[in-house]
Amino acid sequence: MAEMVTLTIDGRTISAPAGTTILEAAKDANIYIPNLCNNEELTPYGSCRLCMVEITHKGRTRIVAACIYEVVDGLEVNVNTERVLNVRKLVIELLLARNNEHPALRKIADELGVKETRFPVEKKGCILCGQCVRTCREVVGVSAIGFSGRGITRRIAAPFMDFPPDCIACGSCVYVCPVNFIPMREENGVRTIIRFDFPMQQCKKCGKYFAPKKQLEYFSKTTGLPLDHFENCIDCR
Amino acid sequence: MKRIKSPQELEKLRKEIQAERDPNKSCIAICAGTGCLALGSDKIIAAFKKEIKKQGVDTAVTTIRETGCPGFCEQGPIVVIYPEEICYLRVTVKDVPEILSKTVVNKEVIERLVYKDPASGERIVKDSEIPFYRKQKRYVIGNNINIDPKSLEDYIATGGYAALAKVLNGMSPESVIEEIIKANLRGRGGGGFPAGWKWEATRKAKGEPKYLICNADEGDPGAFMDRALLEGSPHSVLEGMIIGAYAIGCGQGYIYVRNEYPLAVENATLALEKARSLGLLGDDILGSGFNFDIKINRGGGAFVCGESSALFASIEGRTGEPRAKYVHATDRGLYDKPTDLNNVETWANVPLIINKGADWYRTIGTENSKGTKIFALVGKINNTGLVEVPMGITLREIIYDIGGGIPHGRKFKAVQTGGPSGGCIPEQFLDMTVDFDELAKIGSMMGSGGMIVMDDHNCMVDVARYFLKFLEEESCGKCTPCREGVYQMRMILDKITEGKGTMEDLDTIEWMGQAIIDGSLCALGGTAPNPVLSTLKYFRHEYEAHIKDKKCPAGVCKALITYTIDPEKCTGCDVCARVCPTDAATGKKKEVYTIDQEKCIKCGACIEGCNFDAVIVS
Ligand SMILES: Cc1cc2nc3c(=O)[nH]c(=O)nc-3n(C[C@H](O)[C@H](O)[C@H](O)COP(=O)(O)O)c2cc1C
Ligand code: FES
Repeated sequence: MAEMVTLTIDGRTISAPAGTTILEAAKDANIYIPNLCNNEELTPYGSCRLCMVEITHKGRTRIVAACIYEVVDGLEVNVNTERVLNVRKLVIELLLARNNEHPALRKIADELGVKETRFPVEKKGCILCGQCVRTCREVVGVSAIGFSGRGITRRIAAPFMDFPPDCIACGSCVYVCPVNFIPMREENGVRTIIRFDFPMQQCKKCGKYFAPKKQLEYFSKTTGLPLDHFENCIDCR
Repeated sequence: MKRIKSPQELEKLRKEIQAERDPNKSCIAICAGTGCLALGSDKIIAAFKKEIKKQGVDTAVTTIRETGCPGFCEQGPIVVIYPEEICYLRVTVKDVPEILSKTVVNKEVIERLVYKDPASGERIVKDSEIPFYRKQKRYVIGNNINIDPKSLEDYIATGGYAALAKVLNGMSPESVIEEIIKANLRGRGGGGFPAGWKWEATRKAKGEPKYLICNADEGDPGAFMDRALLEGSPHSVLEGMIIGAYAIGCGQGYIYVRNEYPLAVENATLALEKARSLGLLGDDILGSGFNFDIKINRGGGAFVCGESSALFASIEGRTGEPRAKYVHATDRGLYDKPTDLNNVETWANVPLIINKGADWYRTIGTENSKGTKIFALVGKINNTGLVEVPMGITLREIIYDIGGGIPHGRKFKAVQTGGPSGGCIPEQFLDMTVDFDELAKIGSMMGSGGMIVMDDHNCMVDVARYFLKFLEEESCGKCTPCREGVYQMRMILDKITEGKGTMEDLDTIEWMGQAIIDGSLCALGGTAPNPVLSTLKYFRHEYEAHIKDKKCPAGVCKALITYTIDPEKCTGCDVCARVCPTDAATGKKKEVYTIDQEKCIKCGACIEGCNFDAVIVS
């Protein structure tokens, strides 16, 4: 058992295991802090800046990202101070300028009382939370996509902007994207992610298309089992 | 030279080198720093070498020293003749034979090459008496002119590595740290954090190995003090780092230097080799049993790579992006190990403090800012260059006494300190003392020491837009407030400079400025709004003039100005028509010309070309 520490969030006394982040501790205590780039399966990244909270510790007050800051004894957390709300309002308005339609963003805007962004809407769609990039690297283990460009030109891309050679078409990026920006469809034995086509494997027994061939090759490579081991779908295996 | 095995042997070597050097021998010191090289000092050096042979000057009594930058770049190439200390400015290859025959051989001063005071017309021969240098206290950069940065002997002859010898000859690591804390040496790279505390925290941190890094990324546009130090006196930086490593208990150091500084890399690399071969670096330094070595790491030159966590990532071979974390680098820095990161100038102060003692060091400066600071003085100023001044000097002294004031008798408007994310300081604060805390109080900062002077021809909205644009392009793009916020803020400034701004825009800028500061992941975004907020605070009327009157008072913002020709002054010489790239200026020879507003792109070519000041900007 990890050592427990005691802190307050919005005046409520809470105890949480040392090493947990403010965001986790708040969630366990049913206190809501908006967030977009955080994902329990991934290393905290701290890029969207929605989860900012004001903390006071040892007499010093400052604003930190709740998804990264680890709780310590005697920490005082305030989730909704004016300064913090201003940061969140700015962040959501800035993100609405990239994507003013998705319900996930609209919901957070509503909670913050933001009706519309004051910035010109460019409809870029992607909010650059990086969950896809990190999932591909940390969970799938292939790093088929990454960031390219810097500043406002930053975007998610495969190396050299081309067909992502390492992609195994697993679709994890599609799954984690909080704003459903990455389109994926399957038709006639082909899975298409964005504009890239990946052939599916047909089950040797039932004939159903069940997984991208590249994913099965990847399984075979990482497990050391022969490829034909993966040629039947789970139901027929 | 053979490896030396104890502090005593180093002192013996120093005496030997000094004994060989006759202080009365003449020496021609020529600046071979990046600035003067660009002005052709390499050709001057070659010409001197050739001329010495040609005139048959005895090389046993006359030597040439290729030095680092002495700071007065405005007047380069600089040649100083010793022992008389005769300083020649703007020297050309043509002057070389005369300098050699008249000054070096016959000790005659060549009037036209010495400094002429623009105000009094008085000629000043010695460099230390030129007003630019007189008010400076050149404890850190002053040695540049005295040494050839490629020569370890030169550095040793001028007292080099004496501080290291002193430290290894009986000072405990703790007492070294105590001395640095007592001297209150604050970081010269930006934040002004006390170096001694950082050393102590790294020393006490759990985890091995420990690292130490010299930050020579120097990304601020216009700044070049770190380059001048690393290039001109690399051993003083190394000596500081070795002393720091001993105090911290660290075996591996890095110099992170931008790739655009090839001469700094070359001189530092050579300095490392020489220090190693003499036993000042590497295993068993000066026979003390203490081991420490330094690697040079070349950075790609991204501004954000100067930020500590991005710098670590870059050395580790990852993308140079800041990491959001709330642990100190002194606990977990490079490779997640305890790391001390200090700026070039911070390191170069260390030998000085050890040699002269913290008590002496504390006599320079103000209550909480000790020692000197090197500034890169540029912009609308007569004497541009590097100036090293005691903390506590006033802005007025720097700008008027050292910098020689504003050219063409124009009016001072503001001085921008602290690099791109610093603030613009208006005239009312000219008599303010310059130190870490005072600058912060009025919304600017020390930063790494950029100082850009502006006059009434600078539009403050345009200036804010310029810095913001730089930061927008240098933002790594990881966090929302910096990536999107700085971009949107710059778009608003664009609107204002085009005369399309509204008063609500000013409220928006102020509001989002604070939120960007509070919300950004690293200090790039955390300080990016400063140039905007400080100009808005002190020059709000200029913003309002753009918005309400659709006018740019300084005559800079293209959308808000028109070029016309003053019929009284125009002589019909046709120059404007010839230089105009869009054929907007037309007319008949010897009659008054006109400018077609539709075609005019306000490029300023006609203003440059007109010899009669006939082009009016309004
Ligand atoms: C965007 C950014 C750029 C920076 N660039 C530099 C730099 O070029 N050189 C430098 O010494 N410090 C730079 N810093 C400050 C460093 O992060 C760090 O504070 C400094 O190197 C510590 O050394 P010091 O305490 O001796 O000043 C930068 C900081 C930020 C946020
Ligand atoms: S959830 Fe914390 S910064 Fe995005």
